[in-house]
Amino acid sequence: MTSSPERPSSPDRRGRVTRRGLLKGTAASSAAALGSYRAGAQEAQGGDPSGGETVHVQLTINGASHEFTLDVRTTLLDLVREQMDLTGTKVGCNHGQCGACTVLLDGVRINSCLMLAAAADGRSMTTIEGLGTQDELHPMQSAFIENDGFQCGYCTPGQIMSAVGCVTEGHAGDEAEIREYMSGNLCRCGAYKGITNAVAQARDDTLEWAEAT
Amino acid sequence: MRPFNYQRPANAEEAVAMVDPMGVAGQGGAFLAGGTTIIDLMKLHVVTPPSLTDLGPVGLDEIEEGNDGTLHVGARVTMAKAAEHPAFRDRAPVLSEALWKAASAQLRNVATLGGNVLQRTRCPYFRDNVSPCNKRDPGSGCAAIGGINRLLAVLGTSEQCIANYAGDWANALILFDATVETMSGDGGREIPFADLHVLPEDHPERETVLGDDELITGYRLKIPGWARRSLYVKARDRDSYAFALASAAVALDMDGDTVREARIGLGGVATVPWRAREAEEFLSGQSLTEETAMRAGEIAFDGAQPYEHNAFKVPLGRNAVAKGLLDAASLDLAGEAQQ
Ligand SMILES: Cc1cc2nc3c(=O)[nH]c(=O)nc-3n(C[C@H](O)[C@H](O)[C@H](O)COP(=O)(O)OP(=O)(O)OC[C@H]3O[C@@H](n4cnc5c(N)ncnc54)[C@H](O)[C@@H]3O)c2cc1C
Ligand code: FES
Ligand code: FES
Repeated sequence: MTSSPERPSSPDRRGRVTRRGLLKGTAASSAAALGSYRAGAQEAQGGDPSGGETVHVQLTINGASHEFTLDVRTTLLDLVREQMDLTGTKVGCNHGQCGACTVLLDGVRINSCLMLAAAADGRSMTTIEGLGTQDELHPMQSAFIENDGFQCGYCTPGQIMSAVGCVTEGHAGDEAEIREYMSGNLCRCGAYKGITNAVAQARDDTLEWAEAT
Repeated sequence: MRPFNYQRPANAEEAVAMVDPMGVAGQGGAFLAGGTTIIDLMKLHVVTPPSLTDLGPVGLDEIEEGNDGTLHVGARVTMAKAAEHPAFRDRAPVLSEALWKAASAQLRNVATLGGNVLQRTRCPYFRDNVSPCNKRDPGSGCAAIGGINRLLAVLGTSEQCIANYAGDWANALILFDATVETMSGDGGREIPFADLHVLPEDHPERETVLGDDELITGYRLKIPGWARRSLYVKARDRDSYAFALASAAVALDMDGDTVREARIGLGGVATVPWRAREAEEFLSGQSLTEETAMRAGEIAFDGAQPYEHNAFKVPLGRNAVAKGLLDAASLDLAGEAQQ
């Protein structure tokens, strides 16, 4: 990696003991428990001695251009989480079956777990960290809070990115359409009612936001 | 994922020249389109190509109409784009519906029509990379035949393999006598779409007639005027974002209540994209009633061979056909045209 990505400011950086800090501190012991995903990520970072080919990739991430030299097996999901430390984008199934990893690529929602970073060379990606700021949330983020569009929050970044895509693709017409076109995002907590309401509520503001950006 | 080489050709000719021999069973080279099948299977080590040849730069991503009304559909048109294209949505809704009822919005935004027809089975024994599977590991046996085969096929099976063809769109495309246009080192050819996939028989590892360096560049089809009376019925475990347990693609040419011509494709129940020609022939000249629709469903499943856990697919599939026929017959096309 040849870039030094800006980290979003977050309480983690102020030395408090956080859940994320704890997880990182026990990375060695949890690697085994986390199983194939971590192993896959380590392979993808060149940890596998048999080695994959390396590729040079340029990507615009949340508005800033970055260049990387990567093991070719790196997915966009591996890239944002492992190399950029943008951990808002979540790993669920890692196989296109849950939507937790949803990001926008050139403004269009995709599953980052199934896209090789090499195949996205030259393109522009937006993750949840690039949508709003701590002080000024994106209307979809506010709508999720106002409508209780989550419980544990694990699926939420993917839901919100997908919701923005759903609206800008023109598929948030009524409740039935929102349900159909948001079906690529599973929520184990079953917050679907709040999610559907949030998408409907933030539709017009999201369209305005899309026009402005 | 196992290591592989990543190749980026500038155009289709280069892609064909570059691709490592594809072979069968997924151990040879491969093209990378949307990646939603192949990256998934590479992560599972079910396929282990030595190289991927990325089709990203090769174009082939438009739907064009010739003067004679023939549609040329590029192999890299995404499922999302095709689902909303007026040529499908307004003139042959079954070709649109079979797309938007498949996978998820995120997947459809990247998945291409070339990769879509070549998607691999979702048979759990193929995907687990451990069980005997003649498709993944030729000669090793079939764990599905005596296993939990609820999702698998009842039509077109063999003693070597009962894996179902999981896709939706192919079952709709097969209604329109479409052809597949290809390019390879030897030039290229046009293959009837109905001949692209081959039955498992004794070699389930071989799924299509495509050669070792053969690229699908697109499809050609002509949509008859009456195809506005068409739709896709998809029965599944949940309402959306699930593969078909049984599905029916139906297009009807009606003269009042009488069927001039019916076309019926089946999904979720067969080892390859399936056209129910005997059922179509039975319907021709009949008046369409609940009784004839049910009879057509029965004929479509004549010769079906159910296994321990998937016998339910026979009545489910019959009913999907009957529902498709009755719903298509009652579509109010005049009303729609006024909108
Ligand atoms: C969770 C999930 C749910 C899904 N649900 C459904 C569903 O309900 N219905 C459904 O129909 N599908 C479903 N799918 C499958 C999905 O539609 C396919 O994965 C997708 O269409 C494949 O297209 P792709 O462009 O991503 O192909 P890729 O993965 O890039 O390629 C697939 C195969 O085709 C080959 N290939 C690609 N393009 C060409 C070409 N032009 N010429 C020659 N060879 C080529 C590749 O080498 C590879 O072997 C689902 C997938 C997932 C992950
Ligand atoms: S992690 Fe990508 S879809 Fe589940
Ligand atoms: S809020 Fe817990 S999974 Fe959706």
